[in-house]
Amino acid sequence: MVKQELANRPDNTAFTQQRLPAWQPMLSAGIIIPGFVLIGLAFIGIGVALFVTSRSIQVLEIDYTGVETSHPCFTCSDPDVKKCVCQLDFTIDSLFKGPVFFYYGLNNYFQNYRKYGASKDDDQLSGDLSNFKSPSDTCSPYEYDSNNNDKPIAPCGSIANSMFNDTFKLYQKVNGSKKLVPFDGKGIAWWTDYNVKYRNPDVSPLKNAFNGTVKPLFWPKPAYELDPSDPANNGFINQDFLVWMRRAALPDFRKLYRRITEGDYRLGLPAGDYNLEIAYNYPVLSFDGRKKVVFSNVSWMGGKNEFLGIAYLVIGSMCVFMSLVMLIVYAKFKFPEED
Amino acid sequence: MERLHWMQHRCRQMLAGSSGRGWYSAPDGLPGKPSLDTHSSGGRRRTVFARHAPPQQESDAVFKSYKGNAICTTKYSLLTFIPMNLFQQFHRAANLYFLFLALLNWVPVVEAFQKEITMVPLLVVLTVIAIKDALEDYRRYLFDRKVNNNVVQVFCGKQKAYVDQCWKDVRVGDFVRLSCNEIIPADMLLLYSSDPRGVCYIDTANLDGETNLKQRQVVSDLPLQGVEFTAESFHCRVECENPNNNLSRFRGYMEHPSGVRVGLHNSNLLLRSCTIRNTETVVGIVVYAGHETKAMMNNSGPRYKRSQLEKRLNTDVLWCVLLLIIMCLTAAIGHGLWLKNLKDPIFEVDRETSPALAGFYVFWTMIIVLQVLIPISLYVSIEIVKLGQIYFIHNDLALYNKQLDSRIQCRALNITEDLGQIQYLFSDKTGTLTENKMVFRRCSIYGVEYPHEENARRLEVYEAEKMEAAGRSVTLRSGCSSKSLSCRSLSCKHSSVSLHTLTAEEEEEEDQLSNHIQPRTSAFCSRVTKEVVPDPELVRKLNWFCSPVLALSDGSSGSPSSLELTYITDFFLALAICNSVVVSSPGQPRHVVPETQTPLKSLEEIKLMFQRLSFSPLSALSSLSPPKIKGSPRSFTSRLFARGKTDSFTFSTPTNSTTDGSEPGQESNQETSNPRRRVDLSSRVEGGGAGQTEDREIEDDIQGARTNPEGGRQDAEELTREVDCESDADNELLYEAESPDEAALVHAAHAYRCTLRGRSAESLLVDLPGIGSLAVQLLHIIPFDSNRKKMSVVVRHPLTGQVVVYTKGADSVIMDLTETPKGTEQSQEIYSHIREKTQNHLDSYAREGLRTLCIAKKVLEEEEYEVWMKGHLLAESSIENRDELLLESAQRLETNLTLLGTTGIVDRLQEEVPETIEALQRAGIKVWILTGDKKETAINIAYSCKLLCPNDQLLTAICGSKDACAALLEELKLEVQRGEEGLTEGPAAGSRGEPSSGSVEGFILVLDGRTLDWALQEEQRSDFLELSRKCKAVICCRSTPLQKSQVVRLIRDQLGVMTLAVGDGANDVSMIQVADVGVGISGQEGMQAVMSSDFAISRFKHLRKLLLVHGHLCYSRLANMILYFIYKNVMYVNLLFWYQFFCGFSGSVMTNAWVLILFNLIFTSVPPLVYGVLDRDTPAHTLMELPELYRAVQTSKVYVPYMFWITVLDAFYQSLICFFVPYFALAGSSVSELSFGSPINASALLIILLHQVIESHTLTWIHVLVLVLSGGCYFGFVLLFSSFCVTCSPPTNPLGVETLAMSQPLFYIICAITTVTALLPRLLFRAVYNTLRPSAVLESPWRDEVDSEKYRRKMQRWNQSKSRDNRLPLCADNPGLEPSTASVVS
Repeated sequence: MVKQELANRPDNTAFTQQRLPAWQPMLSAGIIIPGFVLIGLAFIGIGVALFVTSRSIQVLEIDYTGVETSHPCFTCSDPDVKKCVCQLDFTIDSLFKGPVFFYYGLNNYFQNYRKYGASKDDDQLSGDLSNFKSPSDTCSPYEYDSNNNDKPIAPCGSIANSMFNDTFKLYQKVNGSKKLVPFDGKGIAWWTDYNVKYRNPDVSPLKNAFNGTVKPLFWPKPAYELDPSDPANNGFINQDFLVWMRRAALPDFRKLYRRITEGDYRLGLPAGDYNLEIAYNYPVLSFDGRKKVVFSNVSWMGGKNEFLGIAYLVIGSMCVFMSLVMLIVYAKFKFPEED
Repeated sequence: MERLHWMQHRCRQMLAGSSGRGWYSAPDGLPGKPSLDTHSSGGRRRTVFARHAPPQQESDAVFKSYKGNAICTTKYSLLTFIPMNLFQQFHRAANLYFLFLALLNWVPVVEAFQKEITMVPLLVVLTVIAIKDALEDYRRYLFDRKVNNNVVQVFCGKQKAYVDQCWKDVRVGDFVRLSCNEIIPADMLLLYSSDPRGVCYIDTANLDGETNLKQRQVVSDLPLQGVEFTAESFHCRVECENPNNNLSRFRGYMEHPSGVRVGLHNSNLLLRSCTIRNTETVVGIVVYAGHETKAMMNNSGPRYKRSQLEKRLNTDVLWCVLLLIIMCLTAAIGHGLWLKNLKDPIFEVDRETSPALAGFYVFWTMIIVLQVLIPISLYVSIEIVKLGQIYFIHNDLALYNKQLDSRIQCRALNITEDLGQIQYLFSDKTGTLTENKMVFRRCSIYGVEYPHEENARRLEVYEAEKMEAAGRSVTLRSGCSSKSLSCRSLSCKHSSVSLHTLTAEEEEEEDQLSNHIQPRTSAFCSRVTKEVVPDPELVRKLNWFCSPVLALSDGSSGSPSSLELTYITDFFLALAICNSVVVSSPGQPRHVVPETQTPLKSLEEIKLMFQRLSFSPLSALSSLSPPKIKGSPRSFTSRLFARGKTDSFTFSTPTNSTTDGSEPGQESNQETSNPRRRVDLSSRVEGGGAGQTEDREIEDDIQGARTNPEGGRQDAEELTREVDCESDADNELLYEAESPDEAALVHAAHAYRCTLRGRSAESLLVDLPGIGSLAVQLLHIIPFDSNRKKMSVVVRHPLTGQVVVYTKGADSVIMDLTETPKGTEQSQEIYSHIREKTQNHLDSYAREGLRTLCIAKKVLEEEEYEVWMKGHLLAESSIENRDELLLESAQRLETNLTLLGTTGIVDRLQEEVPETIEALQRAGIKVWILTGDKKETAINIAYSCKLLCPNDQLLTAICGSKDACAALLEELKLEVQRGEEGLTEGPAAGSRGEPSSGSVEGFILVLDGRTLDWALQEEQRSDFLELSRKCKAVICCRSTPLQKSQVVRLIRDQLGVMTLAVGDGANDVSMIQVADVGVGISGQEGMQAVMSSDFAISRFKHLRKLLLVHGHLCYSRLANMILYFIYKNVMYVNLLFWYQFFCGFSGSVMTNAWVLILFNLIFTSVPPLVYGVLDRDTPAHTLMELPELYRAVQTSKVYVPYMFWITVLDAFYQSLICFFVPYFALAGSSVSELSFGSPINASALLIILLHQVIESHTLTWIHVLVLVLSGGCYFGFVLLFSSFCVTCSPPTNPLGVETLAMSQPLFYIICAITTVTALLPRLLFRAVYNTLRPSAVLESPWRDEVDSEKYRRKMQRWNQSKSRDNRLPLCADNPGLEPSTASVVS
């Protein structure tokens, strides 16, 4: 009967009475010291692995902007010169292990500029024909071509318009003659971009889909003629286009141009002299930009980067060092109290 | 639901002002605070006619302006919901901020994200609150509908009968008929009651929670009285004041067609939502309806107070705003410069905008991007956390009172953390520290002290019994148990807090007695209150004339003088009738008074008696000299008079004094014998006609005295027995008193067989010993008033027919008002002697810690009475200034009183009060006692509750004038200063060989009300503050409610400290409201204190856990949560900021915008809540055992400005690591924008979650679950989003980003190093800190007993060293004597 009266009595549970079994993060020396040692050792291990891996990666960077007058591309760097081709010679001392990735790089180029990044029409790029006729206003100011009866631009927007259009050919100088190094341009873009995100309209031939639109102002040829060698590599699912559209995070970046995986160069670029033929179109000097080509091979951790390895080593050593310091501190302060 | 109500209320408050102190929703016109608004204009009255009367042009217009009785508490209708609700919501600063951001995003030039994304937070908040509001409103609508459709009988003019109508159709001017237990639909004027005396009872539990019945009276002088009320014949006009919220005041008059005006007051008004009780039928005319009723006008929302922490938080939020502006400015300038230096780049989009303008745009863009920096969601989180904290406080078993079956009530939901910062505690005494179970302990009448030894023993036994809980004592009989049943049957309404408190032991006992009885009984009728063991001496004296007439001839020993006997009878009569106690008995409805025995019957007896004494009433009357034995009953006086002579002889014999009389009693008897004899002689002269019979009696008496020396004791026993027997019969009686003192006094009178049997509006039925029932005509009751500190009844004496005023009140007031009656020099001498003795007794009572009340009387001449009555009626009938006039009228009446005697009532301390006070003091809380009691009583209580230690030095500041007060304060200040300097010389003094026992532990300041008044004035204020700050405790006695609140306000404002006021009665309401935290004790005195409090507890001891544990935890939890929240926001937002340096300050983000918005809204929103609700830095038992730990939070060690900055700095560091490690790892690579953000985001999440793990003091499975879920939620979301979001969310379409990133080992490598590096400093700091300074926090929960024992010792040592620094000076008793200190002072 007493029970009945206590209708208001709070429940006597561990939760309501705040008696839940609790673990306290005991950040005392006893746990921290071994913990730090473990973390430190693990980090040092990873650091060594990363460092060694990074060391094994070969990278060759060649700036071809042509700022110096002595540079072979100097003449081409003048924006008034059209259809300029320059030749660049370089030597590889030892085998450049394959597969070799061939990048073009741009410095001081802000693909992450907010307005630039927003200047595209995802729906148009996914093959929506209505957006061919009237592109999204996000593409502004590359939405309609004012010089061409205000026709819509396809692909519209600043990113597409500013697509990198230098082209490269690599020759190995073998006995005075130039041997073309075959480039592999397949699968350099993201799988999802190529297969899901970017679509050409279901119009055959592709050219008809672009009826009534004009090519981006900066482009020499329309989107459906980007790769004359491979009809499947045209329109919005051109690999180079996709690579370009995937905007770089930082102002100094490189983008994959081709891979060298075929023929004699399957194992890499052998030592020797090489000649790079550059169709120099892309203007960067006006905004103090730089252009470069990069040869690199990759590992499980990506491209060459010594920072991570060093960082792991430093942090790992710090952890170990700290645990030592703490051990001393602990011994000094703890034991007197035990008395 | 209540919470929802509060939430909504809160919303409204957001606009009510962001600055200033708490906002109190309590009505402006609190009872006791005269609101003079209606005085200003005569037009602000309302006129009410009978509505069914033939329509008049005038009345139609009048009624139109009055509201109907339909109530509508809903805020919205279906149509207006969306606009109204939005309007309401946008009054809230947070929502406005969100709206501003959303709108800003619609401006194309500054657009940062897609338009819909910035709408998300706004929409989420708006929708959640709108749904909540809608639900709440719908419930209100249902409730309104239910109330509005209640049926009540209303008089219909056409049918000329009462017909059923819904409440909502009741209009002003309607006649409403109600029967028993019906609820009153509107405020009505009581015109008819089936009760023959025209009264009815209402139960106001719905209104104020008080369960005792209140009596209401039919408008006096109504011509239609007696017969069944007919509505048709009512043609009066009612003028009354306009609707207001003052429940205890109603002013107006009723004008009869003849032009006669009858005053209306509160006792004529039936209030809406009260219940009719014990009255068959009542009829009233509606004067206020619907929202204009007093009940509705008092219906304000829950309290809202802004907590200290929140105020502090606001400044930090301002810092955040500043930070935001700085960051945005940096970006703006950076962008401008960047644009300026760009020369025609190919990626340039907008060539027209000038760099400066673009910079300006970027400023606003950045505000949108970095919006999270302003922790708006923090406010919502804080509210949720507080709800969680309230939940735990509410569910604490330690704060649950088993006897009352009541938990703590948390009425203010948002000041939980203030509980952890209390520095000053202001406590009421009665009912707060004590039980407020008043027990009559002893009394003094006619300057003679009756120690009531038996009674004291009984109380001790009771106490002991209570302590040991050992069965029932034979000395006690459970008189209450049978009554409790009746009480129960009468009070149908069960409120959560019973008025009656019984201890567990009592309950058990009663359970043994009658299992079906629940502990709840009527107001103040606990057994210990009721069973007063009479003092044998007093019984003997009383027996003198009380006993049946036959006893007279038998005679007895030790006869008192006639004057003394008059005093005694008057005294008990006053005890019995000078009150507002309602008598009821279980067999009958409350309003039925036991059959009135006409005075005739007793007159018969008296006649008989007179005959026996061969003593004619007439001669007896003529023999009385009015000033001397005013107003004593005819029969009494005559008999007393006869005894008078006997007395003079008896006193000359040594056997006169009782054998068992106590020391003081004896002394006083002997001391007073001389003057008394003189009076007796004089009285003999005056009453000469009665000579002969008495002579014989005298002889008998002397014989009796000699032969029966123990007669007194026998008499006493006999009487006790009789009383006991009688009490069985009297068990029928049930007293319902407004205050426990009253109940105690009535029960005391009852013990002396002076029993109040019934009450009606016009008369009181009193049993007098030896006479039987007498109807005492009640002329007026002037109720108790805390300013007057007394109450009076004006009665026509049943036997003398004189108009007599009996006054009962605080001794200070009564003693000032009593005057030596005009009369012979002798009688004056006696009188002053009585006064002197009584004062001595008063002082000794107070020293014992008893509550003292003085009883006085005054006989009014008829003409005098007429004059006064006229004035009083005028006062009663006036509409304006009624309260003031009534006060004046009362003051006119209560003068020239004759002191009868005084009572000492004991009020025991509640359990564990000393322990609680000690703990609170150890916790660094200064405890002040503000009481209306005497100084001595207050000091005594302070001693017994260990507020005062024997070594404390008492500084008493009681002075008569302002200048004296100033001087005294100055002097006391010097004294304290000297004492303090004594401390610095303490060791030296010790070496000089001074006795350490005499050292002063601390200073206790004692003030009385008058001194307090002066001390509170502008000039003395600083002195008073300085003095009180140095004192360990302050006791303010004799203080009024206003002073209590003034003191609290002064301390709160001037010292800027957190104050807590705790009290139980209506007189503590203002104090409770002023204090930062108001705690109400649901005790014996109704619910007013509880209604105005923030927290309502049932025992004082609950404060200990409430403050030390819950206050501590709530504060530290909330403070930590806030810091964590700020850290989280700053840390995350900075990541975006750092990125600006690499994107030309253009406002780009490297994360998908949805993830960005949801990061705060979802992924990291719950862990802080769990952290804020469940974290426990110290286990509860440690907090209880070591109150010193409270000091850490009290001085807000956790949330201090530097902690804020440390947190912000740490956040900066972590964000730097979190951004730049991935940056360096990925720089120069082909990483795309969103792929770059991916590891940054993921490691930010890990860092933020793990940071909480480091900061948490405890982790339970709930924490783990929430943390894991939060992490899982993030990864799940981004993975799904990046798999299925094909064209959504431009320009940060995430398709394929996370899936690709997370498939690469680099992602994990970056996350691991980033997380560890970012957390390393804090981890290291914690580890070193915990190693070097292990706090109680870390030690106690996991160490075993031995270790905790060791730890406690360590803690104590630490405390000692600490307190040595803080402690006030140790100084000898007479610090002034030290020569060295004097020089230092000068």
